[in-house]
Amino acid sequence: MTRKGNKSMGAMGGLAALAGAAGLLLSGLLIANQAAAKSKYEVDGRKSGYHYSNPETNEMQDDDFLNPGMLWVQRGIALWSKVDGAAGKSCASCHGDDARKTMRGVFTVYPKLNKKTGKLENIEQRINRCRVENMKAKPWKWESGELLSMTTFIGFLSRGLPMNVKVDGEVKPFFEKGKAEYFKRRGQLDMACKHCHIDNPGKRIRADLLSEGRAGQAFPLYRLKWQKIGSLHRRFRGCNKQVRAKPYKPGAEEYVNLELYVKWRSRGLPVEVPAVRR
Amino acid sequence: MKSIAKLALGGVIAAGLVAGPTLAGDNMKTAKLASYKVVDDIAIPEPLAGKKGDPARGEKLFVARKKGNCLACHKVEQLKQHLFHGEIGPELSDVASNMTPAEMRLRLVDPKIVNPETIMPSFHKVKGLHRVMKKFKGKPVLSAQEIEDIIAFVQTLKMPKQAKK
Ligand code: HEC
Ligand code: HEC
Repeated sequence: MTRKGNKSMGAMGGLAALAGAAGLLLSGLLIANQAAAKSKYEVDGRKSGYHYSNPETNEMQDDDFLNPGMLWVQRGIALWSKVDGAAGKSCASCHGDDARKTMRGVFTVYPKLNKKTGKLENIEQRINRCRVENMKAKPWKWESGELLSMTTFIGFLSRGLPMNVKVDGEVKPFFEKGKAEYFKRRGQLDMACKHCHIDNPGKRIRADLLSEGRAGQAFPLYRLKWQKIGSLHRRFRGCNKQVRAKPYKPGAEEYVNLELYVKWRSRGLPVEVPAVRR
Repeated sequence: MKSIAKLALGGVIAAGLVAGPTLAGDNMKTAKLASYKVVDDIAIPEPLAGKKGDPARGEKLFVARKKGNCLACHKVEQLKQHLFHGEIGPELSDVASNMTPAEMRLRLVDPKIVNPETIMPSFHKVKGLHRVMKKFKGKPVLSAQEIEDIIAFVQTLKMPKQAKK
């Protein structure tokens, strides 16, 4: 076991309280070995990034006591019942003490349409809307520890459930825009997402093995390179920059549309949050 | 593990390509591009800006992650000493037996003329690109001289007849 693993195990102690509960519910979903996990993480030929990851990384993901992403789940649990803002409320004030009852499945259907604004809204934005409208609290900053923790916790509560975003009806125009982003060449190196993740998965680009980029079910994930949890939009920015393209701001409309397309590419795949990747 | 941003595709542009403050206008920047003539949609017969290539410099540029970075996608037997050759494009170990310098020149300058769908970057092109990062705007990935150097190196890539698979 790595030193890191040991460290996070120590810090996991606090999780034990919830883990007793959440663990029981979710332990049935935990995977004993990677072969079994691999068949689970492939649906109709669509393969999660787990298939393109190395065994050591997958082992970290599969074991809650090794998975460093669980620290963010733990922080999310603490934030759930923390009162904040002028209304004197916490998430639990409206959604109950047991988030497993009210929030299971929620992660699988975002981004979805906000009927009031007519805009597509992802899970981070939904969380912040609750903070502003219902708690009269400040929205959390993108990529802040708080927003990452809460998003990771909400994702964790859907672990094992199939991704199921809606892409027809009123949402269709957003979906089409997101898809167009995926196929649009960009940057000085003039490549689109599809050139790497649709045309070339399974091949090495220098030392990196290209995956199908199906990670809508896996983010926020713990990336060894980042040494922390990161959002899907952070990954989009990285992939933009590596082709020398100007990235969008996290939370930008373009990325929320792209997120819908990427999550549709993950349709049917079971939620892995918090996944671990290199 | 490092991402290819670090390994390969990201980073700085060579000092020689950076337009100085007096060359700030878009026209001046694009003037850094050599003009060329494509023949039969497959070749650029004339060396860019009439430059002569140097194979030793070409080899360095071929490997450099912030320059050609050709190994990101192509395997080259003769460059075994460098680890991690990509698998995206065809192996180039014997490419000089099958391609003329004129064909290679078009491949490097703007491979989309040959194959509009290709993943291979256009190394000497600045027009028609989308959302280029500010520091790379109006600058080609490789200068005319650098293209000719790489062609001079790629011209040396031949396998002995009996070693061919
Ligand atoms: C030049 C090649 C290249 C391009 C173009 C590219 N990516 Fe990636 N991408 C990678 C590499 C390499 C990785 C890390 C290995 C992997 O998971 O595929 C990666 C990883 C990802 C991941 C994480 C997958 C996982 O399971 O952890 C997502 C999501 C992703 N890319 C989406 C995109 C999107 C969206 C675009 C376009 C905006 C894009 N990529 C463009 C090379 C590329
Ligand atoms: C991101 C991937 C990528 C990079 C980087 C790249 N290539 Fe390519 N290259 C390809 C692919 C894919 C092909 C196959 C043909 C096609 O896509 O049209 C190709 C084809 C070629 C060919 C034609 C080979 C043949 O047998 O027809 C040559 C020559 C070539 N590349 C040279 C280079 C050189 C030199 C560099 C660096 C300066 C380079 N490539 C960088 C992906 C790449």
